[in-house]
Amino acid sequence: MSDWKTICKVDDIPVLGSRRVAREGHAAVAVFRNSENKVFALLDRCPHKGGPLSQGIVFGESVACPLHNWTIGLDDGCARAPDVGCTQKFSVKLEGDQVQLSLNELQTLGLGDFEAPADTPAPTGAA
Amino acid sequence: MKKMKLVMIGNGMAGVRTLEELLKIAPDLYDITVFGAEPHPNYNRILLSPVLAGEQTLDEIILNPISWYEENNIKLHLGKKVVDVDRRNRIVRAEDGTEESYDRLLITIGSNPFILPVPGKDLDGVIAYRDIADTNTMIEAATKYKHAVVIGGGLLGLEAANGLMLRGMQVSVVHVAPWLMERQLDETSGGLLRKSLESRGLKFLIGANTQALIGDKNGRVMAVQFKDGNEIPADLVVMAVGIRPNTELAEKIGLHCNRGIVVTDTMQTITDPRIYSVGECAAHRGIAYGLVAPLFEQGKVCATHLAEFGIGRYVGSQTSTKLKVTGIDLFSAGDFMGGEGCEEIVMSDPYGGVYKKLVIKDEQLVGACLYGDTVDGSWYFKLLRDGRKITDIRDKLMFGESNIGDTGHQGQNKAAAMADSDEVCGCNGVTKGAVCKAIKEKGLFTLEDVRKHTKASASCGSCTGLVEQLLMFTAGGDYSAAPKKKAMCGCTDHSHDEVRQAIREQKLLTIDDVYKTMAWRTPNGCSSCRPAVNYYLISTWPKEAKDDPQSRFINERSHANIQKDGTYSVIPRMWGGVTTADELRRIADAADKYKVPTIKVTGGQRIDLLGVKKEDLVDIWKDIGMPSGHAYAKALRTVKTCVGSEWCRFGTQDSTKLGMDLERAMWRMYAPHKVKFAVSGCPRNCAESGIKDVGIIGVDSGWEMYIAGNGGIKTEVAHFLVKLKTAEEVMEYTGAFCQLYREEGWYLERTVHYVNRVGLDYVKKRILDDAEGRKALWERLQFALDGEPDPWFEFDKAAVDTRQFAPVTAVS
Repeated sequence: MSDWKTICKVDDIPVLGSRRVAREGHAAVAVFRNSENKVFALLDRCPHKGGPLSQGIVFGESVACPLHNWTIGLDDGCARAPDVGCTQKFSVKLEGDQVQLSLNELQTLGLGDFEAPADTPAPTGAA
Repeated sequence: MKKMKLVMIGNGMAGVRTLEELLKIAPDLYDITVFGAEPHPNYNRILLSPVLAGEQTLDEIILNPISWYEENNIKLHLGKKVVDVDRRNRIVRAEDGTEESYDRLLITIGSNPFILPVPGKDLDGVIAYRDIADTNTMIEAATKYKHAVVIGGGLLGLEAANGLMLRGMQVSVVHVAPWLMERQLDETSGGLLRKSLESRGLKFLIGANTQALIGDKNGRVMAVQFKDGNEIPADLVVMAVGIRPNTELAEKIGLHCNRGIVVTDTMQTITDPRIYSVGECAAHRGIAYGLVAPLFEQGKVCATHLAEFGIGRYVGSQTSTKLKVTGIDLFSAGDFMGGEGCEEIVMSDPYGGVYKKLVIKDEQLVGACLYGDTVDGSWYFKLLRDGRKITDIRDKLMFGESNIGDTGHQGQNKAAAMADSDEVCGCNGVTKGAVCKAIKEKGLFTLEDVRKHTKASASCGSCTGLVEQLLMFTAGGDYSAAPKKKAMCGCTDHSHDEVRQAIREQKLLTIDDVYKTMAWRTPNGCSSCRPAVNYYLISTWPKEAKDDPQSRFINERSHANIQKDGTYSVIPRMWGGVTTADELRRIADAADKYKVPTIKVTGGQRIDLLGVKKEDLVDIWKDIGMPSGHAYAKALRTVKTCVGSEWCRFGTQDSTKLGMDLERAMWRMYAPHKVKFAVSGCPRNCAESGIKDVGIIGVDSGWEMYIAGNGGIKTEVAHFLVKLKTAEEVMEYTGAFCQLYREEGWYLERTVHYVNRVGLDYVKKRILDDAEGRKALWERLQFALDGEPDPWFEFDKAAVDTRQFAPVTAVS
């Protein structure tokens, strides 16, 4: 049996937007689509304070976290300088218009509770 | 591909900053070689004075250690002075014979101190004050000798004198002009400075003209002799009478020089386009700058051209001055001397050591000179750069505004008085110590840098003034720089105004059109410019430009407020803060049904349901059955009212009804930022109309209208705009003011900042004096709002993508 699981069609994700893949008992995975119809998948948790990246503004190959506006790279899940930290990335396969994720990765990656790195600044006020 | 060769002559702050900018945008374009005449890597020259004064060490002021050059594969020749450049064969030659060839050459060799041409100038113990070697000579001299004479009572001379005095020498300052720092201060403030320095132990010889330096039998200086024949003892003489751009090499190799190496707006020398020059040695439009911020600006422009991007021009800077002598605050900028056609506002308290002079010409602030209290320096400097008419704030000008808000930093407004553990930024919990540490360790120079690295002042911005002060104390930064026009963000060089203008004049209707027409650097902008451009489009072309939800912040996309745990809050609209038992019952039932953890009454007389799951939003809106409160949006939020004449024994007007009418007329109104109204029924003002974007106060004979108040970061009392007779008039004037703000305000600019920028007189002209214009504004607002959907119920019309409320799929 193939490990690749069809999640949705590319068009189910808004251009410059994202959708969530819910995982029973664990943090969701966010799938993003940029203006060139590239699709990316990251754990739906910002490395800073755990903000839901799926709710951020997508631009280029980045997403801005909705909580404190950290910029996270869609291709590697890592914060852009000068911020530091990475969130789990997931492999994506496009089969025609079908978006596929690895079932194995979905079942094994990014399952832990969120712990903010110790020396990050406290949350900011409303944006 | 073979890399091109970039050779940099000079290893100072402006040059290395240029390399840093270049490496950021084109890391692999060049093989880079650097020649430095001094045996040190790049250090912060501005901080030599604190080193001399014993407040910092040499190690602390190194900006780029040797390892930085290694990590970036930069070949570094230290202690090698370049003596010739063969421009035909493109070869650089150093004193010791080292040669390097180049494709591009960058000359950043700064300036040389001017040495008075008096007999004895070459004696031992006579030095200038320019580099680490000079500083070390002074530190060493202070351990052996007693009498120091500093020639020159300008910025550098006074810093040298102060440092030598702190190291135990008896210091006399010789100054030929009639008062100290005559290029930065007027006579009064110069006198205050002198008094303050004298009380610390410095001696001054003002108006004294140096004739010769006299040596002892060993060839070391022993005295300074003046034109009147008098002499004073001197074991060390520091010449600090000015600097000259270092053009010796450039002149030798045939580059055109005129008070500096003449460069164009792209920082290329006008003689040889392969050769660039930035820093104190470069003359741009006739000016050689000596302050950090303009030089960094030059470096940035130069780097983009070296990177072959061909964008950006340097168009000059305005500068200001700040003395780095601990405990002395002075600031000056612009034409602070005044003169013909100028008016002056002066505040003088010689006993308290405070003096402020503002120079005004043609209703604009053209100069400022502050002594003893400089907290408003950056505000004055901003007014000066912006060239804004100050007529409407003239009476308050002297008392300053300062960038400092009222709250969040323990009431402090003087950074120097704070302890390291004191919090500067209350939003992000950043202490003074943390800010200073980042500035020192990361080599930060600008407010933007500090915000990026520490988050201090990056949220509400109320501590901006404090952070600016810390920058000055710690890095020796200055208030200068900032070209008048501010780019919207890193994606473009265009300002907010230019983007608005293009949208209006070229009738641009989509974000892509804007990005294409205005040559954006990024394919789809960033999280800062896209929401702004989206707002400008829909506010300029209502019913024509299409709202793009993916260019809105999540709150305006999901029509609820995101909370720290990723849940949302729901605030239904309660017209004028008035509700019914039925509505309250529905809210209570919904709170039970969706297990809402917290219910809170807001400051705007509404009810907030906190902790709602995104999946439940659509259902809870439906169950509550009340309109969207837009508490999540840059839009009209609440209209706060008091009970008014219907119930209150003091009420003179029906404030509740007017408030509800205003809210029904203007809800769904998107704006550059949030907008709040209040209506009070009598001058007791229970609805707090004095701190709202539009505040109305009923009086027996009608209504008073106040605008541009703010109860947030910095409490701003609203300005009285007009007294009106009828509720209909209040509606028209309020709508017209809102529309003016909607059409001209910059995205994320509150009404208070908009009115501060354009001036209250301008608003009065548009709203009060121009009756037809006012009516037209009000009509345009009504046109824009007509048929606008309620996003909680009319999803299609409001372009709400309902797919967001459910996961695309679920896996177990």
